[in-house]
Amino acid sequence: MAEFWTGYAWPAIWIGLQVVAIIIPLLLCVAYLVYAERKVIAAIHLRRGPNVVGPYGLLQPIADGLKLFFKETVIPTGANRGVFIIAPVLTFTLALIAWAVIPVGDGLVIADINVGILYLFAISSLGVYGILMAGWASNSKYAFLGGLRSAAQMVSYEVSMGFIIISVLLVVGSLNLSDIVNAQRHVWFVIPLFPMAVIFFVSTLAETNRHPFDLPEAEAELVSGYNVEYSSMAFALFFLGEYANMILMSAMTTILFLGGWLPPFNVAPFTWIPGPIWFAAKIAFCLFIFLWVRATFPRYRYDQLMRLGWKVFLPISLAAVVIVGGVVLAFDIQSLVK
Amino acid sequence: MIIQSLAFYLFSIVTVASAVMVISARNPVHSVLFLILAFFNSAGLFVLLGAEFLAMILVVVYVGAVAVLFMFVVMMLDINFTALREGFLQYLPLGGLIGLVLLLELAVILGGWIIAPGAAERAAAPTPAIDSVHNTEALGQLIYTNYIYFFQAAGMVLLVAMIGAIVLTHRTRPGVRKQKISEQVAREDSIEMRDMPSGGGI
Repeated sequence: MAEFWTGYAWPAIWIGLQVVAIIIPLLLCVAYLVYAERKVIAAIHLRRGPNVVGPYGLLQPIADGLKLFFKETVIPTGANRGVFIIAPVLTFTLALIAWAVIPVGDGLVIADINVGILYLFAISSLGVYGILMAGWASNSKYAFLGGLRSAAQMVSYEVSMGFIIISVLLVVGSLNLSDIVNAQRHVWFVIPLFPMAVIFFVSTLAETNRHPFDLPEAEAELVSGYNVEYSSMAFALFFLGEYANMILMSAMTTILFLGGWLPPFNVAPFTWIPGPIWFAAKIAFCLFIFLWVRATFPRYRYDQLMRLGWKVFLPISLAAVVIVGGVVLAFDIQSLVK
Repeated sequence: MIIQSLAFYLFSIVTVASAVMVISARNPVHSVLFLILAFFNSAGLFVLLGAEFLAMILVVVYVGAVAVLFMFVVMMLDINFTALREGFLQYLPLGGLIGLVLLLELAVILGGWIIAPGAAERAAAPTPAIDSVHNTEALGQLIYTNYIYFFQAAGMVLLVAMIGAIVLTHRTRPGVRKQKISEQVAREDSIEMRDMPSGGGI
């Protein structure tokens, strides 16, 4: 019995607590990201944004959530029921499980696996299935077109994202996320790899189907695309999944280019602030750029989107792999950052 | 060890069951979805074997790219699958033959292990000893250092196939107007810069 407790029960409880410690703040962040989005865009548009529910409208996300929760779930008669229901669950689950490998501070990570960055890349490449399944199972032309657009778009931008991740890995010489952050002690990779950081960020916009690449849900032509047939909690899961994915992609940008939990300068006033707070601040900065871009850029046309992905980003990121690889080999960068 | 065994049985049962569903599902989209499930659980089996790099690459390449294209094509195609099933008996001998060959190859490998127990260890031994380097690094050394020419040759074959596919399908249609972004941007009247007061409109 004692062996059962020490061998199985306590580790299981401990893992459960760790999961809760990641997921509860994450869901709160998702709720308040929606609020922040409405406030930031309102400020850019010279409006007020939500300001009625609670002080400064702070209870607005909770009111929205309750509204969605109490609505009726409608499944269209022509829909493929099983796939229709699995799709939002898959989207939301994938947005959550990726956080298992994200180091929020020095050693503060649930699973410090050796292939952390590949795990993140694999999970983000699965995100397309939720949308594709939703589009197909809805049995509606708008949803289907949205799903197809999304699949093509995410596959295209994943290629250049992969190459940029490779160029960062070449500098670090490890696939472990903590190693990647620790390699940025001297200088954040955003400075030596600035063009790659910009391309990576733009690709994450496309990967999360955000403006200006939100063609899968282009409301003017597809009346909100793949999720048009969803209502109530099924829609809420898509919505939460999209925002959780935004936070995840910002976390990836932070880890790869903005030095993760490291302070900007390794001197006194900066080092007093603990690592997780730096990490959260950097994610918030990336998310602000997401919202800023949404408020200021017009939507891309579909052929322009494909042109940007395949004819601009892909050659540049391919060249980046060759150039960064050459520089790393010539100047023995890997031993410098170790 | 109990947890590992449970995980193994879970992954392998789901893999086999979804593989059966791939060939028995009536709806082709469901077939592709079951194929993805099979890939995913095989990746889980790789993780249990300690080959986490292969597991991740399986998910990235097969699930993230190949199966998406499969799904894309299957969703777009309007095939009458009952008509396709009518040819089942016609293709049965060929399919059976291929299955038999694969089964025989497996039998040869397993038989080899039983006859000469030392052979398996030699075949599975990584070129650098596994305790000196990380398994991702060992794989990298094997592919990019020891067998670089074979790797490059394989890449060349794939490149030629890709170019061939593009050449076969590419055609220039007359009368199609294309956007030239550099010309558009260079046009005098395309962009107008205004100095805006903060908090004001145009």
